[in-house]
Amino acid sequence: MPRSAYQRLLGLGGKLAVLLILGFLVLPAAVVTIAAFNDKAILSFPPQVWSLRWFARAIAYPDFRDGFHNGLIVTLWSSTIALVVGATFAFVLDRYSLRFKTALEGVLLSPLVIPHFTVGLGFLILAAQIGWTRGYPVVIVCHVVLVVPFVLRSVYVSLRNLDQSYELAAASLGAQPLRVLLTITLPLLLPGLISGWMFAAILSFNEFTASLFVTAQRTQTLPVAMYNYVREFADPSMAALSVMYIAGTAGLIVFANAFLGLGKVLNIEQNR
Amino acid sequence: MKQQASVATGDEVAVRFNAVTKRFAKTVALHEVSLAVRRGEFMTLLGPSGCGKTTLLNLAAGFFSPDGGEILIDGERVNDVPTYRREIGMMFQNYALFPHMTVAANIAFGLKARHVTKHEIGRRVGEALALVKLTGMEGRKPRQLSGGQQQRVALARALVINPKVLLLDEPFSALDKNLRSAMQVELREIQRKLGVTTIFVTHDQSEALSLSDRLAVMSEGRIRQLGTPTEIYRRPCDRFVASFVGDANVLRGRLDRIDGAEVSVAIGAVRVSVPSGSLQGALASAPVDLYVRPEHLQLTTAGEPSARMGTIVGQVYQGGHVDLLVECVGPSPERLLVRSAGYQAMTRWPVGAKVGISISADEGVAFAIP
Repeated sequence: MPRSAYQRLLGLGGKLAVLLILGFLVLPAAVVTIAAFNDKAILSFPPQVWSLRWFARAIAYPDFRDGFHNGLIVTLWSSTIALVVGATFAFVLDRYSLRFKTALEGVLLSPLVIPHFTVGLGFLILAAQIGWTRGYPVVIVCHVVLVVPFVLRSVYVSLRNLDQSYELAAASLGAQPLRVLLTITLPLLLPGLISGWMFAAILSFNEFTASLFVTAQRTQTLPVAMYNYVREFADPSMAALSVMYIAGTAGLIVFANAFLGLGKVLNIEQNR
Repeated sequence: MKQQASVATGDEVAVRFNAVTKRFAKTVALHEVSLAVRRGEFMTLLGPSGCGKTTLLNLAAGFFSPDGGEILIDGERVNDVPTYRREIGMMFQNYALFPHMTVAANIAFGLKARHVTKHEIGRRVGEALALVKLTGMEGRKPRQLSGGQQQRVALARALVINPKVLLLDEPFSALDKNLRSAMQVELREIQRKLGVTTIFVTHDQSEALSLSDRLAVMSEGRIRQLGTPTEIYRRPCDRFVASFVGDANVLRGRLDRIDGAEVSVAIGAVRVSVPSGSLQGALASAPVDLYVRPEHLQLTTAGEPSARMGTIVGQVYQGGHVDLLVECVGPSPERLLVRSAGYQAMTRWPVGAKVGISISADEGVAFAIP
């Protein structure tokens, strides 16, 4: 069928629009990446002389090292706790008809509505009351609250997509509820659980606003350390750090894709 | 798999439903349904969707409990016995094979839940695979199997635990026609060989007629008729059963004479003798509807005494037989379906031919006009 000039123009326009959108999406990352290899001590663009020295400085800078270490501790704890809490609630919401189901759903998803700084401030005030301001627990609990909705959603969607006949079949074959849970439900939910955990981990590791309130010098996470750094310096080591951030996250996703299939982890494809 | 040698359809009841009622929210899915399934019997629950057949099956499986009445398996009341203690084998419409397990692990699942020894599991899984002709497929994952193979695995998985009763929920609906009939024959063969009591749910009447020892025709939460396939097909108890099971022509006639168990019905110029059971209390010369199967109608050349006169308006060649559509001139315009064996009818009764229709003696069931 011959295509009219109008249709061709429309097709071309569509492609251009897609390209522009993709361009805008990667533009900040691209600019920062290029700036990271600048030899000059100021964040300028485009660089004249190339160098890796800001990567070396970023890795060597003690505050960043501590921040990375703290962030890792906070992330591992908070995303794991959030996984348990979120998955349990997703289960309850999916399987039981509760009287206050909608209200419960609302409360659990409320961190999406309440700004991070409000959560951070709230925890700061509470922590000050009981004298917890110095340690990890307040940071971890704060992060759990912030990321639980994401885990909940991810697991809830997986549960919804799980065909109940698998569990009924297992029961008909003589498996008691615990056995059904361990051998059928959890293995089939694994992609959803992993994706929930991964989302939680990435969000927690990148979280800044609430962390600014609840961390102390001893517990500050990497984003907070970076913020404190830019208040004093403006050199490309920030950009270098950003590049490492992007590479690390991408690496995690590639890893998940290689071992589990990205489609499954991101809940795009059904596990049938 | 232990062969229950003494099989046969004894009179012993394996599964009994006693006035079972089930409600979902405000709708009543089952109204005091009673049914006794004999040991070794192949019992089919047949009905349109929403008739309660699947609900009855799920009650036997214990996926939920009845709101009234009781369910007995091997004489034991199981109303409050959870599914996993009922010793049932169930095959689901979509097979529900565990996608993350191999064929062998799927079949072994029920044995592992019963803590059977490893050696014994290996032996019985092998036997079950041989039974369904899938030896050598142990290591495959369900998604690597064809629809028919998946079904065999599901059957093997349900049978390997020697269930007291095998429950089948429309297991053939996902298969194409050829494979379906092959699997039906095979399922029936295996069921006979093991003598396992079976409850089979379907909405496909031809499937129900060809497979069952007995079938229960259900509609709106009640069993309308219970009987052998021939009883149901030849002597349906009401209009619903007559039109749901098999094809039926409805001919308006007049009650001619009541003679004990037989009544004579006048249809046009012919008289047909039918059982009187469905016409209790009807008066002589009352109008009645005669339900006749298409294969019990014959075409005659115009002029001979006939039940109806009409014109051929359509031919459908079905291979083994021909379906002829006849438009009748009569008290009320009717369209009748006449089934003629062989292919000769194609040329003998072309579209447009004027024909008479006669009825095989003593075939059909009459119902009073409501």
